[in-house]
Amino acid sequence: MPAEIADPVTGWGRTAPTAAARLVRPRSYEEAVRAVRDCGTRGGIPRGLGRAYGDAAQNAGGSLIDMTALDRVLSVDAGAGIVECEAGISLHRLMEVLLPLGWFVPVTPGTRHVTVGGAIGSDIHGRNHRASGSFSRHVLSLDLLTADGDVRTVVPGTPLFDATAGGMGLTGVILSATFRLHPVETSLMSVDTERATDLDDLMDRLTTSGRRHRYSVAWIDLLAGGSSLGRSVLTHGEHTTLDTLSAHAARGRGGLGGWGGWGGWGEWGSRGAAARARRQPLAFRPGQLPAAPSYVAQGLLGRTTVGLFNELWYRGAGRRRTGELQRISAFFHPLDGVPHWNRLYGRGGFVRYQFAVGHGQEEALVRIVRRIVRRGFPAPLAVLKRFGAGDPGWLSFPMAGWTLSLDMPTDRTGLGPFLDELDEDVAAAGGRVCLAKDSRLRPELLAAMYPRLDEFRALRAELDPRAVFVSDLSRRLSI
Amino acid sequence: MKDAFGIPQSLLVLGGTSEIALATARRLIARRTRTVWLAGRASSALDAAADHLRAQGADVRTVDFDALDPGSHAEVLGKVFAEGDIDMTLLAFGLLGDQAHDEADPASAVRVAQTNYTGAVSAGLVCAAAMQTQGHGSLVVLSSVAGERARRADFIYGSSKAGLDAFAQGLGDAMYGTGVHVMVVRPGFVRTRTTAGREETPLATTPEAVAVAVELGLRRRSETVWVPGALRVAMSVLRHLPRSLFRRLPV
Repeated sequence: MPAEIADPVTGWGRTAPTAAARLVRPRSYEEAVRAVRDCGTRGGIPRGLGRAYGDAAQNAGGSLIDMTALDRVLSVDAGAGIVECEAGISLHRLMEVLLPLGWFVPVTPGTRHVTVGGAIGSDIHGRNHRASGSFSRHVLSLDLLTADGDVRTVVPGTPLFDATAGGMGLTGVILSATFRLHPVETSLMSVDTERATDLDDLMDRLTTSGRRHRYSVAWIDLLAGGSSLGRSVLTHGEHTTLDTLSAHAARGRGGLGGWGGWGGWGEWGSRGAAARARRQPLAFRPGQLPAAPSYVAQGLLGRTTVGLFNELWYRGAGRRRTGELQRISAFFHPLDGVPHWNRLYGRGGFVRYQFAVGHGQEEALVRIVRRIVRRGFPAPLAVLKRFGAGDPGWLSFPMAGWTLSLDMPTDRTGLGPFLDELDEDVAAAGGRVCLAKDSRLRPELLAAMYPRLDEFRALRAELDPRAVFVSDLSRRLSI
Repeated sequence: MKDAFGIPQSLLVLGGTSEIALATARRLIARRTRTVWLAGRASSALDAAADHLRAQGADVRTVDFDALDPGSHAEVLGKVFAEGDIDMTLLAFGLLGDQAHDEADPASAVRVAQTNYTGAVSAGLVCAAAMQTQGHGSLVVLSSVAGERARRADFIYGSSKAGLDAFAQGLGDAMYGTGVHVMVVRPGFVRTRTTAGREETPLATTPEAVAVAVELGLRRRSETVWVPGALRVAMSVLRHLPRSLFRRLPV
């Protein structure tokens, strides 16, 4: 396990590159223990697949512990639906292994290319937050390598667990985890799509129809103002049952739909896909388009292109479609169909801004959406979701209420100060921004957004007095 | 740490009384910067600059730094970096000199050259090495359009800036891939106290405009910034003029 000199790295947003002094890729627990022991004076931080948008998995001048070699499935209880695996395995790989056995990960974010360790460290949420909560709610236990070099088995309900879930890797290196899975009969999704004409309509629909569905999300057009403010396309999904699949075939509805189905254009709309789906209901075929080119002109995603795209997206959705079958990849991870899609924002990179506000703060949400629309920053495919109850992690992001997330290229004049103003609004409404996405929050607002920050700091001071676990994020926000 | 827009949280200014540096610091403080080190020769002007930035809300400290004493740079600047990461160093010290006087007095011409070039080489190397150790940081070097092509009217100053500019470009290439970003800023004539009473050249600018350009350059991670931007075009023409013609230009 020789340490390498590391090239500068960034998060998925491609902003603020910094160079670690050492990059180590442990292949066993022993090597991981050694990596933590040899972190050096500027500490270390585990890194998975680099999908955090900001600087959470960067450590300038210190050590980066690349966890992706610890990627084995240790055991699967196919009866009870419980998996034990190493922390560096991706959700993509887990789907490949588990879907044929009739099990699905309990929570998936908008990409499959995150590790289990990252999923717990960021305490990721998905479109089923209302039904299922965040990822760490499904974790039964995890092995945590702490600053003293010990490996501790941590179970839910303990302070160390609640600090580690959403703790951004700052309590230690998660080596493995055991968690519960969700049973599925097929690898397809039954998807209902509807349009909301404005923001009130959208929130009504998410409140009522969202209750009937396991997965719900709204793509919101943040360039449409006036009476169309907040117009959106809502997507609800369920895992398709075998009965639904047969009924679907009997009605003679053939193909699979959805952007990012990418299973080969030939089968688009044909009967072949459905026939194959019936023969192998649990097959996992994500498919891919060519990668985005490494050079993209700055400003490709400007107001005009994004406005056009949003318009087409909204019009193309149709007023209402029900019972459409989509692949899991098309429903959950459309952007995974285009490798390196983050390059499309140009070399300056982009910011993903995600905030949540609680119930009762709908007015604040509307006010913030109005402000964003008025400024007209190009934000393709902004997403609004309704969260269920908050999660126990001290630094977990979700809170019972609403969450909006949007991407914007950093080259927009005035974007930085504008987002600072939004932070103030969000904090004043008792809300917070998501640390796994963050690349720009000011440290002063963190304690207001995360009321249990002091407990987190106290636990960290006791567990890791020499500050072995440090990241650019923890330096920037003085966590 | 810098944020997604390249704005630093901590700033070290070498040449702490420079008007351009203070305008830049003010702008960065308004955005993010909380810790500012002002390095310069101890003077009431340095203290006044520190008070001025404190009033903007920053935590400001001064450090006694003399560009003409390269032997002390490693120790003086080492202490600053030992107190915590520096996200951005602004190398802003420099002497304008008095061309007519300096031509007749080689000793004072050498002072211009030593301050602007030798001092900057020493301080630049010390800061770059410290930033390389911390794995991140921007070194922003205030060069000048005068260094692009030496003019009859200010070739002593111009040649020192030419040396500094070439040094900073090379340093930027040396730092490539280390997480350290070196940005060369080439302003035209800047209206400040130091230049008051001097004849302006075309495309003159202000310290505030330089500060805006620096902020933009940080966001874009630029390697070269011209202030105003039109100078880039103007200078690429002037650079290619024959000597006999260039000599006779009124600028």
